[in-house]
This record gives sequence, C-alpha cells and structure tokens, in this order.
Amino acid sequence: MAENILEMHNITKEFPGVKALDNVTFQVEKGEIHCLVGENGAGKSTLMKVLSGVYPYGEYEGDIVLDGKVQQFNTINDSERAGIAIIYQELALFPDLPVYENIYIGNEVKTGGIINWNQTIIKSKEMLKKVNLKVKPETLIKDLGVGKQQLIEIAKALSKDVQLLILDEPTAALNEDDSANLLELIKALKNQGITCIMITHKLKEVVTISDKVTVLRDGQTICTLDASKGEVNERTIIKHMVGRELSDIFPKRPENHFGETILELKDWSAYDQQLGRFVVKKADINLKKGEIIGLAGLMGSGRTELALSMFGNPRSYKLKGTLLLNNEEKNFRHTSDAIKEGIAYVTEDRKGNGLFLTQNITNNITAANLKGVSSKGILNSNEEVTVAESYKNSIHIKSSSIDQLVGKLSGGNQQKVSISKWLFSSPDILILDEPTRGIDVGAKFEIYTVMNELISRGMSIIMISSELGEILGMSDRIYVMAEGEIKGEVKAQEANQESIMELATQ
Amino acid sequence: MKLVNEAKMLIKENIRDYGMFIALFFIMIVFNLLTDGMFMSSRNISNMLDSAGYIAVLAVGMTLVIVIRHIDLSVGYIAGFLGAVSAILLMQYELSVFIVIPIILLLGILIGFFNGFLIAQLGIPAFVATLAGMLVFRGALLQVTAGTGTIIVQNDFFNAIGNGFIPSLAKINDLHLLTLLIGFVTILFFSYGEIKTRSDKKKYNFDVVSTGIFLLKMVFLSLIIGYITIILAGYNGFSWTVIIVLLVTMIYHFITSKTVLGRQIYAVGSNPEAAHLSGINVKKVTFMVMGSMSMLAALSGIMYTSRLQSATTTAGMLFELDAIAAAYVGGVSSAGGVGKVTGAIIGAIVMASLTNGMNLMGVGISYQYMIRGGVLAGAVIFDVMTRKRGK
Repeated sequence: MAENILEMHNITKEFPGVKALDNVTFQVEKGEIHCLVGENGAGKSTLMKVLSGVYPYGEYEGDIVLDGKVQQFNTINDSERAGIAIIYQELALFPDLPVYENIYIGNEVKTGGIINWNQTIIKSKEMLKKVNLKVKPETLIKDLGVGKQQLIEIAKALSKDVQLLILDEPTAALNEDDSANLLELIKALKNQGITCIMITHKLKEVVTISDKVTVLRDGQTICTLDASKGEVNERTIIKHMVGRELSDIFPKRPENHFGETILELKDWSAYDQQLGRFVVKKADINLKKGEIIGLAGLMGSGRTELALSMFGNPRSYKLKGTLLLNNEEKNFRHTSDAIKEGIAYVTEDRKGNGLFLTQNITNNITAANLKGVSSKGILNSNEEVTVAESYKNSIHIKSSSIDQLVGKLSGGNQQKVSISKWLFSSPDILILDEPTRGIDVGAKFEIYTVMNELISRGMSIIMISSELGEILGMSDRIYVMAEGEIKGEVKAQEANQESIMELATQ
Repeated sequence: MKLVNEAKMLIKENIRDYGMFIALFFIMIVFNLLTDGMFMSSRNISNMLDSAGYIAVLAVGMTLVIVIRHIDLSVGYIAGFLGAVSAILLMQYELSVFIVIPIILLLGILIGFFNGFLIAQLGIPAFVATLAGMLVFRGALLQVTAGTGTIIVQNDFFNAIGNGFIPSLAKINDLHLLTLLIGFVTILFFSYGEIKTRSDKKKYNFDVVSTGIFLLKMVFLSLIIGYITIILAGYNGFSWTVIIVLLVTMIYHFITSKTVLGRQIYAVGSNPEAAHLSGINVKKVTFMVMGSMSMLAALSGIMYTSRLQSATTTAGMLFELDAIAAAYVGGVSSAGGVGKVTGAIIGAIVMASLTNGMNLMGVGISYQYMIRGGVLAGAVIFDVMTRKRGK
C-alpha cells in the first residue's frame, strides 16, 4: 500500500457563529487523483484554505501531516515551500504581463539579485512543454483563452516543484474540449508523480478521473470512496452528498390556486462580454401568478446571471430571446424599467450590492421607491418614517430604531431590510437570490412566513437557493440549472434531493 | 450632573458631526487670545468670511463630488476662465450684469455636463478627466486674456458681489439694522425648525434628547448666530458674499436632505452597484453632480473676479486644492456616501481662519503651509479613526 502524502486529522475551523469544518479527516495517497465533492457550503474551499495556509496555524484545530511531518503553515508562502500549490477558480494571473513573467512571478529567476529574463524565457518554455501548451512565452495573458490561462496556472505551479496540486473547480469556466484537455494533463501529471486534489461539481469528471473521492457535507467528512474497489459512481456520490436530514421546518401553506402566466422567458440567452462566454443558454421558464418557483443549481450555474438578465440587465450582457410579461414582450433598458413593470430583485450579496450600509434603515427601505415617499421630487420625511415603521413592525426588523445604520444590524435583520426595500416597490414578481444565506433558523422561518403571505396576496416569487431543503420545502415548481442551461423542470412534490442533484451535476 | 453626563454622551456619539464645530470654536478662541482680541473684531471677521466665500461655494460642490467617489481638479481654472469671460462680456461687449451672470452659470453647467460625459458615459477616471480639463482651461484663460492681460472691471453692481454690503436701512447704536433683522429671523427660523423636528420625532416615539439638553443646544446655537450677527452688524453688516454663500448652503442643504435627487446622490456614493440595482440612474446622478460642481465653479469665478475687480491671467490657481481640503476638513469621507454641505462651509471657514489668524500673528508663509497641511491630515486621520471605532 502506498504511503499517504497528506493527512489532515480532526480539522475544526469556526467562524463567528458557524462551524465551517467539524472534525474533518482527509487523507490523500501519494500519486493519486483525489476528488473532493460536496454541496455549496459543505466546507471544501475552507478545508483547502486551511491546507494552503490562508487560515494560518492556530486559527483552526487539528493537524496537517505532510510526508509524515506535522506542518504549521502561517502563510501561503509556507505551504508553497512545502510543495503545495492551489489554483483557484478565479485565476491569479496578470492579464497585461507576458506568459513567462506570469509563470515566474514571485519566484523570479535571478543571478546575483537581478532578474535574468533570458533564462526566465528559456525555463518557461520547458514549463509550457510540460503542460502541453504551444504558445510563445512572450504572449500576453489577456490574449489567451480561459482554458489556456488555466494551463499557465498549472505551469506556474510546476515551476515551483509542486508535489501536491490543488485545483478548485478547474473546469467550471471551460468548454468541453478545454475540459477534456485539462483532465488529460492531470492524468499525465499523475504519471510524473504529482498528486492532485480536485474540487469539482461535475460528477461525470469525477467518475472518469478520480482514484478516490471524499465527500464533505455540512463541514463533516461523510466518506471516502475508492475507485479501485468500484465504489465511485454518480449515484453513490449523490447519495452521500445530499443524505442530510431535512431538519428545517417550513410554515404550512394554504392550498394554492395559481393564476395566469405572468412571466415567460423564451429561448433566453445572455452573453457576458467580459468573460467572453454565454452565462445563460437558451433558457425557457415561466411563472404563474401566486406561484413560487425554485431555481436550483450549484455555484456558477448561471442562476444569478439569469435573474440579472431579466431585471433590467445591469451588467450589460448581450441578450437574445424574448421576455414576456403578462403576454407582452418587454425590453428593459435599465433596472428602473424592470422595477416600474413590477419586478424586484433581492440580491444574493446583501452587503456587496444590496444595501447602503452607511445609511439608516429608513433610507434603505425607501431607496428603490423614492417616488412613493415624495411629491415633485421633494421627500416627505413623515411619510418615510411611517413606511419604515410599518415594515419594521410587520417584518419584525429588530433594531433600536429606524434611524439605526444598516451596517450595524445582524445578517437576518439586514436581509429583512433588503426584502422590505423591495416590498415597498410593490412588485408583482419578487426574485429572491439566496434569501436565507448566513442567517439563523428563527429569521429563516420568519422569511418563509413572509413569502407565503406574499403569494397568498397574488405575488409571484422566483427563489434562487443552494439549500435543497429550502428549494423542496418552499417551491411549487423547480428549475435546475447547470452551466447556464436549464437542465430540467420538476414539480416540487415529485422531486427529492437526489433527483435535483443529479440534474445539477450534469 | 445628569445634564453633563448626557451632554458628554451626546458629543461622544456624534463626534463626527460636532468635531469640526468644536475644532472651529477652539481655533477662534486660541487666535483671539494670541492676537489680543484682534481676530474676533468685527472688521476682521467680516474680511475673513469674504475671503473664504469663493472657496466655500466650491467646497459645497466638491463635497458632493467626493460623496459620489469622484474628484474634480478642473474647478480652479474653470473659475478663472469663466471669471475672465464674464469680465470680457461686461467690459468689451458691454452686456448687462443681469445677462452676463446667467450666461456664465449656464456655461459652467455645460462644462460640467461635459466632465460628466467623460466620467459617466466614457468611463474615464474622474481624476484624469478633470486633470485634462484643468490644463485645457488654464490654456483657455491665458488665451482669452492674451491680448489684454489683466482686465479691469468697472461695473459697480458686479464689483459689489465681492466687495459690497447689504443696505442697512437704518443704524441703531451704530449697528447695521438689516443685518440684525436677518440674524434675528434666522434664529427664529432655526428655533422653529428644531422644535418642529423634535415634536415630530416625539410623535413617532423616537428617542429625543432631554429637555434640558435641547434647550441648552438651542440657546448655545442661537447665541453663536446672534454673536456673529452682532459682530458683523458692528462693521458693515452682511456682505453680498456672505449672503450668496448662505443661499448656496441653504439650497444645497435642502437638495441633499429633502429631495429625491439628494437621496440618490448619497445612495450612489454609499454603494453604486446597489444604487443601480435599486433602479437609480447612476449616470444621471453623476451628470447632475458634475454639472452642479462646474456651475458653482462659475459662481466662484464671478465672486473672485468681482472681489479683485479684475480678471487676471492666474486667477483660479490652486482653488481646486483649497476646495478639496475644505471638503475633507468638513468631514466628507473618501470612502463615499458620507459628508454634509454644512460641513464643507465649516471646513472652508476653518481653513480661512487658519490663514487669517496666522497672518495676524505674522507667522511666515512657509510655516502657514505646513500648519494647514497638518490640519488637513489631522482631519482625515480623525475621519478614519472615528469610522473604525464606529464599526
């Protein structure tokens, strides 16, 4: 039996209020390809950050044993010196620098303290050969496609004599050819004795490439499957990924009577000019009055992009297809058009692009509908106070007063402010993007209750969520997305965690 | 004792708002002591306020520009250039003042929209776009004054803007009557506003300060307004410059605190992406703020030209930096979304007080620059520290 290159024993990592990793054990044999799988938030990335020294020694409990020696990494540099390289989904390359400078950045080829550029170019040619990439070392990174950029990252890792290569969702942004190419390369590296840990959502890849698979769920190691024992197949992996007891309780909902179709997308595509690829591909969805549809999928599956593309397109995607609102074709040119037509979008990232943290609760709640509290452009501050007070009471925003700065509220209360802001714009369609992320159970229940109240009043809701329990518990119908496509539509009563995960990992 | 504790709490909690008032208060007292009462004399205060006027209006506009996370370096030479244009229109084309002033303000707005176009529409960083503007308008100023050099303005009405005082109607005990009246009305309005806000807040069951503190605050602020009024009434009364600055402040204070546009400006500054996602037209707001900035630059140019009674080839030099300094001293935050126009006025007065006080004391110009630099740095350090503590 081969020896283990890496053993992580009883790793526990806590963030304020959350246990991200709970007694995780993770072992990797020398020279194998080991896949790490799990739902969003299962703890995969946190575990890799512990390993690479992003979270320094002392901020977590447990031991990292590399080549039989206990390691105490304080920075990423420490882990690199020990032969670990990690390549994140967002590549860490400098687009305006040539390939050779990127490969040797932070690790410059020097003679007597001065960079030897000629030597750098010669060496980088070797590295490029190792990753099977035929480009000139002088090419600028921005002139390469994402697939080739990924290979440059690997070349960079190889130049540092990497023993253990960690890839975080390497194929998420790649097309099929580039993905296949990358997987081939990883196999070739394995033959050269390099161990590889790969985080991925695409289970087909997992099955074809991995020697072992470790499944994480809710910060715990569930199991490690061994391909040589025939344990690695999609069905088994999904079973372990989702085998969670549905412990969340959902408020009872009165029998629903759906009305007419209110929103319909036909053959809807969105092309992101900055990324240079389609983020939404030929989506067809419809939403009826009084209905909640769930938009399930893993990270990067295009759910948020789909929501933004129909909400006035603030990221200026190139759009194709038709958007019908009450059977009328619409073409929104600004978010304000979408708001006027009764669409509201509660963002996923409350602090980043949802709220005005330096302003008080009142100003936040009225921000999307200033017309509603003003006449001829002049604000009626008494009216504003009445509005804010009414939401504070009806949605139970816990704060000392409506004058409190939103930046000082807890996550759950911030989310309630965010939702109040959009309710005050009195929408017909409410898009909720991860409405309960990072908030406690009590606040979750309150938000579910609000959602039920809204649909009973005839509002329609699109809920984007990574929590399968929430998707199954709250939706009437579920669309599952992966790689920008709608992979399937299921009725909530007929769906279960496995069937959704199967569609999401295609 | 309870009152003192409450006052202490109040100051501690609102140190950002009160900080610069306290600073100004100390600066004035210290200078007054050091100059044996010369600093607070009627004549000196009147002169000092007049000399701060053309920077104060710039600082008001600059505060909003910084609130939306931009900067405008072109305002100095826009003021210089448009000041020269106004002199030319008055003296060479012999147009009436009442036509010239609207034309100049309109030109200012157009220039500002062009800056807004570069920044919002083309996405050029404000620093670079307005730096280019600074060079362009410096050249333009030299061009229009090339033939004549300094243009002397001989128009009593125009020159009164920077040098004249409001009519007194009558003198009581050698005091300026209209000034006293305006001061008195201001105190009444101010008190009425405070009392109304307080009763509104009570109606909604908000926390209000205790009656004692409330009265103390009212009396204190009334005394300050009253004192300044009496000081000015003892000389020539309110100057037109002071009136203009007060009007600009009132209008901008109203816009920023009571209108939809004002709310949108702070929303864009606080979080541009969230503003966009809330249906706010970020580009439009940028256009408005840049337009207003250059309009105020035009006003500043008129005030400066009038004050000198002439347009010079170097007018407007470094105005932009004085305005930026005043805005920062006045509490605008470089992180965006925070800053009041009233703060900008106080900031401008603080900077003018420093210059004026040090001149009276005979401090050398080299030390003056260093001290003003120190005060500016101190104001920003104060801002950063209080913001950290707030979190």
